[in-house]
Amino acid sequence: MTIYGIAALGAGLAAIGAGIGIGKIGGQAMDAMARQPEMHGKIQSSALILAAFVEAVALFGVVVALLQAAPAA
Amino acid sequence: MRLSTFKTIVFSVLFLVNSSIVSASEKKEGDNDKKFDPKEMIMHHVKDAHEFHLWDWNGKSVSIPLPIILWTDNGLTTFMSSAFHHDDSGKEVVEKDGTKFVKFHEKIYQLNDGENAAVFDEKHNLINASKPLDFSITRNVFMMWVSVIVLLLIFFSAARSYKKSENNVPSGIGSFVEPLVVFVRDEIARPMIGEHKYKRYMPYLLTIFFFIWINNIFGLIPVLNGANLSGNIAFTLTLALFTFIITTVSGNKNYWKHIFWMPGVPIPMKIFLMPIEIIGMFTKPISLMIRLFANITAGHIIILALMSLIFIFKSVAIAPVSVAFSLFITVIEIVVTAIQAYIFTILSALYFGMATEEAHH
Repeated sequence: MTIYGIAALGAGLAAIGAGIGIGKIGGQAMDAMARQPEMHGKIQSSALILAAFVEAVALFGVVVALLQAAPAA
Repeated sequence: MRLSTFKTIVFSVLFLVNSSIVSASEKKEGDNDKKFDPKEMIMHHVKDAHEFHLWDWNGKSVSIPLPIILWTDNGLTTFMSSAFHHDDSGKEVVEKDGTKFVKFHEKIYQLNDGENAAVFDEKHNLINASKPLDFSITRNVFMMWVSVIVLLLIFFSAARSYKKSENNVPSGIGSFVEPLVVFVRDEIARPMIGEHKYKRYMPYLLTIFFFIWINNIFGLIPVLNGANLSGNIAFTLTLALFTFIITTVSGNKNYWKHIFWMPGVPIPMKIFLMPIEIIGMFTKPISLMIRLFANITAGHIIILALMSLIFIFKSVAIAPVSVAFSLFITVIEIVVTAIQAYIFTILSALYFGMATEEAHH
């Protein structure tokens, strides 16, 4: 496996982690909204913020994979 | 009338986005002699450049040159980037005021005295040249100025429409801007910072919200080769640095106490938490920086990678799939432009709120 293969593998693993995290946030936010529809707006905005935090960790993985795969500038 | 004009503009931009990406990829098919390299094409689009490369015509590049401004040992040197004749491999040597310059991987190098051509070692590093200070107006700088002018036009005309109206009813572009300003105030600043202090931070929050948003949108317009401004780490670093400085300057006694001597926990825990909180001070702006940069850059790379699938498989049959997928991703990216501006603004507001929070007993 070349260095590019390993970089791609890393990006894929980061995407799996983010998928699980955002899936859990989305599912539970939906549950909460169904339970308390009057809190819809608040739940949605905090779910978005939490999704951004989870996504950021995955994007760190993507950036590291990019640095490996991109030609040295 | 106005709404339909706006809709027309939005949809024209949408179609332009896709048709232009297609044409941007097509140009690579012209040089069949060398193998199509998707990585090179994508990096060329994502990185900053010294010219607006539009398209290739009969094997020649058509581009808009931009000024190059360098500070060398001999003082200020300026010339147009067209002097390099689209060369990016360090072959074309430009002589100006007795100094010789080459362009290599979108960086300008100054050849050492007495040298006439760039010399590379086996790792493709320039060995007989040095980098002068580069203040050039690159395409990112140019697009930033364009977005600043557009923002000024939008907000000055909005302000004028309020001045003209009798009872503060927005009209014209003001009726487009007002809901967004109210959104930033009521959904971002008030809940995150608090009723009493939010007003001080409104100008900054509104500025970053609209500035990031408009630059994200401009990044999706590939007519100007998609100047990828908000996918440039220096740009996001500057914005995150502003947030860091404002947070640090407006931090009150309670904020610093929570960093250096966490109240309500045992003494060993206080000592243990201090370094973690100090590191946390710096990771917050760093994660702001990486989040915006990586989101926008990843979006650009995905669209271009889907387009280059056509040229990797060398088949027309792939084209409809590739175009459909990149249209789908482009629509998602248009949503992401707004979401990323919102996330950056709301997290900045959150940090300001933490810095100015009063102690509750």
